[in-house]
Amino acid sequence: MFNQGMSRRHFMSHAAMGGAAVLGANDFLSHLHLNAAEVSKNRKACILIWLGGGAPTIDMWDLKPGSKNGGEFKPISTAGDLQISEHLPGVAKQMDVLSVVRSMSTREADHMRGAYFMHSGYVPNPTVVHPTFGSVVSYELGTKRKELEIPSFVSIGGGGMSPGFLGMSHAPFTVDAGGRIQNADMAGVDPSRLGSRLDMLATIEEGFIKSDRGDAGQAHKDVYSKAVNLMRSEQMKAFKIADEKPEVRAAYGPGQFGDSMLMARRLVEVGVPFVEINTLGGWDLHNDVFNTLKNQRLPLLDQGISALTADLKQRGMMDDTVVICMGEFGRTPRINQNTGRDHWATSWSVLVGGGGLKGGRAIGETDADGTRIISESYLPSDLWATVAYALRIPLDTVHTSKRGRPMKIAGGGQPIKGLIS
Amino acid sequence: MNRAVMTVVLCFGLASLYSVAGYGADDQFTTGSSDPLISFVNEQIRKGWEDNEIQPSDTADDAEWVRRIHLDVVGHVPSGKVVEEFMRDKDPAKRSKLIDALLADSGYVRNFTNYWTNTLIGRVTPDKTNRGALEKFLRESFAKNRPWNEIAYDLIAAEGRFDDNGAVNYLLAQLQLNADSEEYVVEATAKTARVFLGLQVQCTQCHNHPFNDWKQNQFWEFNSFFRQMQREDHEKYNATTGQMDDDYSELVHRNFDGPVYYETRAGLMLVAYPKYFGTEIDQGSETNRRLELAKSITKDDSNKLLAKAIVNRMWGYYFANGFTRPIDDMGPHNPSSHPELLDRLTDEFVKSGYDLKQLARWICNSEAYNLTSKFNSKNQIDNPANGEVPLFSHMYVKPMQVEQLYESLLVATAADSAGAGSYEGSQGAREEWVEQFKSIFGNDDEEGALYSGTIPQALLMMNGQLVKTAISGDKGSYLASVLSDPAYKKEPDRIRALYLASLGRTPSSSELKSMQGMMSKYPDKLSAYQDLYWALLNSNEFIVNH
Repeated sequence: MFNQGMSRRHFMSHAAMGGAAVLGANDFLSHLHLNAAEVSKNRKACILIWLGGGAPTIDMWDLKPGSKNGGEFKPISTAGDLQISEHLPGVAKQMDVLSVVRSMSTREADHMRGAYFMHSGYVPNPTVVHPTFGSVVSYELGTKRKELEIPSFVSIGGGGMSPGFLGMSHAPFTVDAGGRIQNADMAGVDPSRLGSRLDMLATIEEGFIKSDRGDAGQAHKDVYSKAVNLMRSEQMKAFKIADEKPEVRAAYGPGQFGDSMLMARRLVEVGVPFVEINTLGGWDLHNDVFNTLKNQRLPLLDQGISALTADLKQRGMMDDTVVICMGEFGRTPRINQNTGRDHWATSWSVLVGGGGLKGGRAIGETDADGTRIISESYLPSDLWATVAYALRIPLDTVHTSKRGRPMKIAGGGQPIKGLIS
Repeated sequence: MNRAVMTVVLCFGLASLYSVAGYGADDQFTTGSSDPLISFVNEQIRKGWEDNEIQPSDTADDAEWVRRIHLDVVGHVPSGKVVEEFMRDKDPAKRSKLIDALLADSGYVRNFTNYWTNTLIGRVTPDKTNRGALEKFLRESFAKNRPWNEIAYDLIAAEGRFDDNGAVNYLLAQLQLNADSEEYVVEATAKTARVFLGLQVQCTQCHNHPFNDWKQNQFWEFNSFFRQMQREDHEKYNATTGQMDDDYSELVHRNFDGPVYYETRAGLMLVAYPKYFGTEIDQGSETNRRLELAKSITKDDSNKLLAKAIVNRMWGYYFANGFTRPIDDMGPHNPSSHPELLDRLTDEFVKSGYDLKQLARWICNSEAYNLTSKFNSKNQIDNPANGEVPLFSHMYVKPMQVEQLYESLLVATAADSAGAGSYEGSQGAREEWVEQFKSIFGNDDEEGALYSGTIPQALLMMNGQLVKTAISGDKGSYLASVLSDPAYKKEPDRIRALYLASLGRTPSSSELKSMQGMMSKYPDKLSAYQDLYWALLNSNEFIVNH
């Protein structure tokens, strides 16, 4: 049950991640908008592949073969200007549209804090709960997609962190890799009865709304309408990966992760602007890092990402879909006595591309041992600013927290130049 | 007997006649309570109506009121039987008597244990915090009706193992950072000020407050009282047995003396000494700062902030709006809507010995608490949900809390009486259900009357297991008992019973006609009743506390 290399404590902290210190639903949000018309037309989306536990990026995206920190893997050439791990050959072929930011320096080497920081662009703070970026995208883009009947922030495999002050209606909507949404079907009851139930419900609800006690009654009715639309929507088919051609499904690879990646493509296709995938965890490799990567993690990751990218290209969706792959931090250049690597936030890499961003590039540089950054360094706020740029969300957008505090979108980060020009 | 005395005797006689009939002097509605403070409360609220030229809505009818008082005091809706009995009761003092009865009910203890556990440590229990032990501490406190200032003292001054001293979990929950970090006790500082004193100080960690007049140095002076505590986690895994030999946490004392250092935004390093509203305490290591703070806040309470904060909070609890909004942001920057009333209630609360049940009586016996939640044409401006200052000329609706929804579903299907077994057993079932809900209800804070429903919540109510069980027609189920009950001979009787059990009222004649019309289209009767009950339990009227 417990992933290899993850102690009980780490597992519990992952499980608690979703609910850490949530503050609350926000009723009053002030908001500055530019280019609203452009935003309403766009079909932009972002897919976040979350490597829970913090993956050893020095063995994946920024290899150091000459150094004592280099480990067992060798770099290989790709379709872009950089070299990546020999155990990601499929991704290597797709590197024309994907890039690697090699100079992430994020200081938070604790699982919960790192996850919070990487998801929201903000360091945890006792006075406010910042929204995870998926909730920001749901708020900015999802609310404008009137034809979208399913939720605008889907988390496959749970997790995804908190919507913070943006409110529970922008919380990640959880589904498992089998496409099952909890309570979305009337198990054991003839679906034709839904209509009659709703008629009776309408009679009672109208009466209450007409009794003039404020807006709560109508608000409840509206939420139920949305829920019923969800249950009856054609777009629900996006969750049914079994509908896909078997050869397409096979290309994504066996098991939950491949299925999740395929589901992500289908969700983006019907207009979901943010999908987070949490079905490939177990990257907290304090022990036996090379065998685990080589035999278990990397083959699945490789097949999933390369199939997704090829599929998006083939359907003409690549320029509208940002793909980003990262965990809460990287891992130590120094290999420990258990042939593993420990937490390391000082210098690590993130894979990012698509959505019109520049591909095939290595942005930022680390030294020969991988321990220091010798170029400009970047924070998650810069990553999310880059994603916002690609999704055409104005960077001067400001939200207001429940306590009246102005919060810049993407934590005030700047789009990474090497990815946008 | 001289004439003056005769007059007095006559007046007394007439006055008592009026209160027997359910009306006090001036023909005003009364719950039957003769506490003079309640007259003062009513006067003050009425003054607000006059000053703002509005008319109050009508008194809530028995059905509306009995449901509200149950939800607010004992955390669940009344059963259909209780509603019917209450409506039939002719005692003009029945409302005040019911208030007393519910305050003495075990539901009161459970309801406020839930409320305070959620307020103190949230719905999602932080790491290495013993929720059960905190609940036990609170349960015992409320069962004994301990004075609020003593409960607060225990929470602020707590020390020891988290299973031995449940109160310690309040502070433990706030200590999730590295103990060497400068920010280690920041959350505890901010939360203690907010929950116990009604002061929002968290912004002043880094700069003077933009809205109220708290300064950055005051934050750090307050913070310095918490520097002598530390969380200690004990974890020992036994590889042989596969069990944890040690798995507990405790709050221990650690040495700290002298000032706290903090930095202004300009980069200037300043010092702060333990000072609580002008009273400095010794900064040496022999002084237990936290005990001193606990004493100042709860035993001295010389500025009555502890009392005022809880009065405002509880008023806000019952009315969905306190005298200030938010309820925990009091000060000159956020003036109270009824300052004289708040001050008087505060004084009386202190005099009563910080008696929470007495405070509840003052609030629930007031005229305002007994009004309907419907607007009328003359009080449309009294709409706090729109940002207006509340005038309490009608009740404001509140969403049910998650735990209240669970308990109410049990009552609405008579499942609560059907042998729930040991306390732990039923608590376990409740926790499981709340678990499912809390991830989709989030950890909403206490204020605001807007229903923050989301799609997963709606799906859970529409298709989830609990409602499915509630509407089951199986042998032994609630519906089966209604359908086979000889007291309900005809369809309208049965429909009436279902309305009473869920909404706490009888259907209007047009509602009855509509329902019967829709039910006639069903090929089998059981499905018709199931769907009717489904609709009742899923309705806005069910889930809103009005």
